[in-house]
Amino acid sequence: MYDIVVIGAGVTGAFISRKLARFNLNVLLIDRENDVGNVTSNANSAIVHSGYDPVPGSLKAKFNVLGNKMFDQISDELDVHFYRIGSITVATSEAQLDMLKGLLERSHENGVEARILSKEELRDLEPNVSPNALGGLLAPTAGIVDPFNLVAHAVENAVDNGVVLHLDEEVIDIKDLKNHFVVKTNKASYESKVVINAAGLGCEKIARMVEDVDWHLTPRKGEYFVLDHYDLGLVNHVIFPLPSEKGKGVLVSLTSSNNYIVGPSSELVDDTEDFSTDGPTLGDVRRQATDLIPSIPFNQVIRVFSGIRPTTSRHDFIIESSKVNPNFINVAGIESPGLVSAPAIAEYVVDEIVSKLLNLEAKKSFNPCIKKYAKLNELDNKAREELIKENPEYGKIICSCEKVSLGEINDLFARSVPPHTVKAVKKRVRAGFGKCQGGFCSPYVTLIIAKHYGINPTEVKWDKDGSEILLEEVKHA
Amino acid sequence: MLNKDLVIIGGGSAGMAAAIEAKKNGVDDILILEKDSVLGGILNQCIHNGFGLTEFKEELTGPEYLQRFVKQVEELGIEYRCDALVLDVTKDKVVTYSNAEDGVVSLQAKAIVFATGCYERGAGAIQIPGDRCAGIITAGTAQKYLNIHGFLAGKRIVILGSGDIGLIMARRMTLEGAKVLCVSEIMPYSNGLNRNIAQCLTDYDIPLYLSRSVSKVVGKHGRVEKVILSAVDDKMKFIPGTEMEFECDTLLLSIGLIPYVSLLDKIKAEMSSTRGAKVNDYFETSIPGVFACGNCLHVHDVVDFVTDEGRDAGKGAAKYIKGLVEKNTTILVKPGDGISYVIPQTITNKNADSITFKFRVRRPIQNVFVTFEDNGNEIAKFVRPVLIPSEMVMLKLNQAQLAKIESGEITVSIKERK
Repeated sequence: MYDIVVIGAGVTGAFISRKLARFNLNVLLIDRENDVGNVTSNANSAIVHSGYDPVPGSLKAKFNVLGNKMFDQISDELDVHFYRIGSITVATSEAQLDMLKGLLERSHENGVEARILSKEELRDLEPNVSPNALGGLLAPTAGIVDPFNLVAHAVENAVDNGVVLHLDEEVIDIKDLKNHFVVKTNKASYESKVVINAAGLGCEKIARMVEDVDWHLTPRKGEYFVLDHYDLGLVNHVIFPLPSEKGKGVLVSLTSSNNYIVGPSSELVDDTEDFSTDGPTLGDVRRQATDLIPSIPFNQVIRVFSGIRPTTSRHDFIIESSKVNPNFINVAGIESPGLVSAPAIAEYVVDEIVSKLLNLEAKKSFNPCIKKYAKLNELDNKAREELIKENPEYGKIICSCEKVSLGEINDLFARSVPPHTVKAVKKRVRAGFGKCQGGFCSPYVTLIIAKHYGINPTEVKWDKDGSEILLEEVKHA
Repeated sequence: MLNKDLVIIGGGSAGMAAAIEAKKNGVDDILILEKDSVLGGILNQCIHNGFGLTEFKEELTGPEYLQRFVKQVEELGIEYRCDALVLDVTKDKVVTYSNAEDGVVSLQAKAIVFATGCYERGAGAIQIPGDRCAGIITAGTAQKYLNIHGFLAGKRIVILGSGDIGLIMARRMTLEGAKVLCVSEIMPYSNGLNRNIAQCLTDYDIPLYLSRSVSKVVGKHGRVEKVILSAVDDKMKFIPGTEMEFECDTLLLSIGLIPYVSLLDKIKAEMSSTRGAKVNDYFETSIPGVFACGNCLHVHDVVDFVTDEGRDAGKGAAKYIKGLVEKNTTILVKPGDGISYVIPQTITNKNADSITFKFRVRRPIQNVFVTFEDNGNEIAKFVRPVLIPSEMVMLKLNQAQLAKIESGEITVSIKERK
């Protein structure tokens, strides 16, 4: 019998599991994907929002603001890139200038530091902003984070502290036996006293396994451009347009890896599995982005992608026990600002909800820090040289665009959440993230994965099942 | 810090030729840095023949061709390091590389030749509509998987782009038992060499569709299931109602090569429309003592010309090291009507015996003059019956023609013969 089964190893499930790992509990974290953080957490703007924008009093406002404050410590404990570069919401008309004043008030209501920038101040901070820009709202606490390792390292930390992780396992049914649940997956059944539903886009389906809930989720798709490491200074902050009912609008930002990201579009869709992109939508994103920053070098685009986020019929996060059994907790509709909110949501779920269901006894051995990764690109030559002496694999570069060494890839396999796919390696160490998009390094990465797991290279997947990269080994006489 | 007279970054065709020529011109202290585990660069995986027709007057495979240069490098005692990726270069010509045995090594060079080759444009760069799943792969990567590692990356294949690697791989994968359904080219003409169209497509009954591109990739279950091609209008917009569906497992991309010059970018060398650096008649970039040649300068269609350019850059670097560079002018060379780029972008020595200009036309064109003009005054004029974008054009101005240039700028243009 588990104390708690957490369904979904996206950013929400990851931080809830990590928080639960602080206590003497048997926790099982299940995800149907073959890697953690592989759906909504893997395809978003990767912004640690300041919290100036959500409706005051909403759960979004509350957890955004609380979560934002936690990121300095979290990024340090979890060895994740995080930079508080601030955000600027840009007004391009007199009417929008007026709206900025409303947003400033809202910032203050939410307890978020913000101030209005004059046209001149804006231009000083962002020389590439459109000549039509009349002013902006600066929120200095906004930041950018590496969303991939935020999730991977949070789960790693949870697993290091005793949480059991099952990937590639899909929950197909949940039986509510009143004093406990039976969670049935495509592989096994587990008994658990408490179930936390953090299944992202799948939350409604999971919730309805125990209750006819009064809310529903609608998938909303956003398409993005990713640019290569272009000259720093194209933008210095996260640049937003004025928000609308569709969301925060098309942003232009530096990423935590010194790329630039432009997007998202915002479209309600029916299909949670359709991550395709299309020309007209991206064209629209491009037009909106160039309204703010006319000089975006779109010839530097190296990738486009789309992410799907779950919007709720309540227009807010849903974080509550089920009406039929308080031991079933829904954490649903964690759309933007979900990434920044997740750590605070985890605190609330455990301290305010789980604490009333289970006896929480602190685990003395809990260590909030993961072992630091060797990140050669952050070292000076002397320190790099010393590491290579210790392990010559650090001297052999596999991904020449992002300068990722064999040693850094092989290090991943010794961790508690090792990668099984080429995409998972890419997410962890950025091999294949550069200008050639894996053209040069993907054969090496495929062979490294095959060698580590002792499988034929034809069995190595790009991502999910059915995404094997190689179809046949050519037999030579 | 160690000192080197000449550091050559990249041990492929361009880099080896530059090293050999520099050595022959009296530079002894040379180091070639190669990121792969053997010299030769991309030719290692080009196991088809057709290399060396100009250089050796015979048809060699890629590995045979490169081996002739490796042999010279060895015989001349030129030092090289494999598995050595250059991490950093400074404007002051300090080169830092990483290697498992050497660790991190910084070298102060008197001159540097960039011969870093090119990379393949991928699906994201042209925003191919549809799913991003397994089975979308660039032709060169598929070539590496097949020819180096022995794995087929696709069995039912649609090829987008008629670049040479795509054509070569159409044949290669067919010979390994794959079915290539078609090649689709967005332009109204092929971007590959005519001989490759004949030998790789026509001979194998593989259709080539022009003015057609991928309007959607369908692959919701992990891998490509279907590719939809649509005709494009003259503004490259898809024309509704022209869709052709192909059930397949692979979309092979041969949609262009781009000079691989992150480090030249980093040290702010001036860049040209080729996305390589701008160079002068010594193949020197805007940074003194830093040279560039081969596919990292502009993408070539024939390796023999890469070798030739490598030699020129090696010669230029040798002159620089020995203080023999003669610079007596600054004449900008501009691409005019019908021309996408010209190399070199600057003439610095008007007294040269001759200077060869390399360029490409923007579209196929017949029966034209290529003119070199200085403020409207004709410096030279060449008749050409046919010019196509896939074939680099080389034209030489001799000393007498160079002497005619009076202003600081000449323009190379295509003019129709009436």
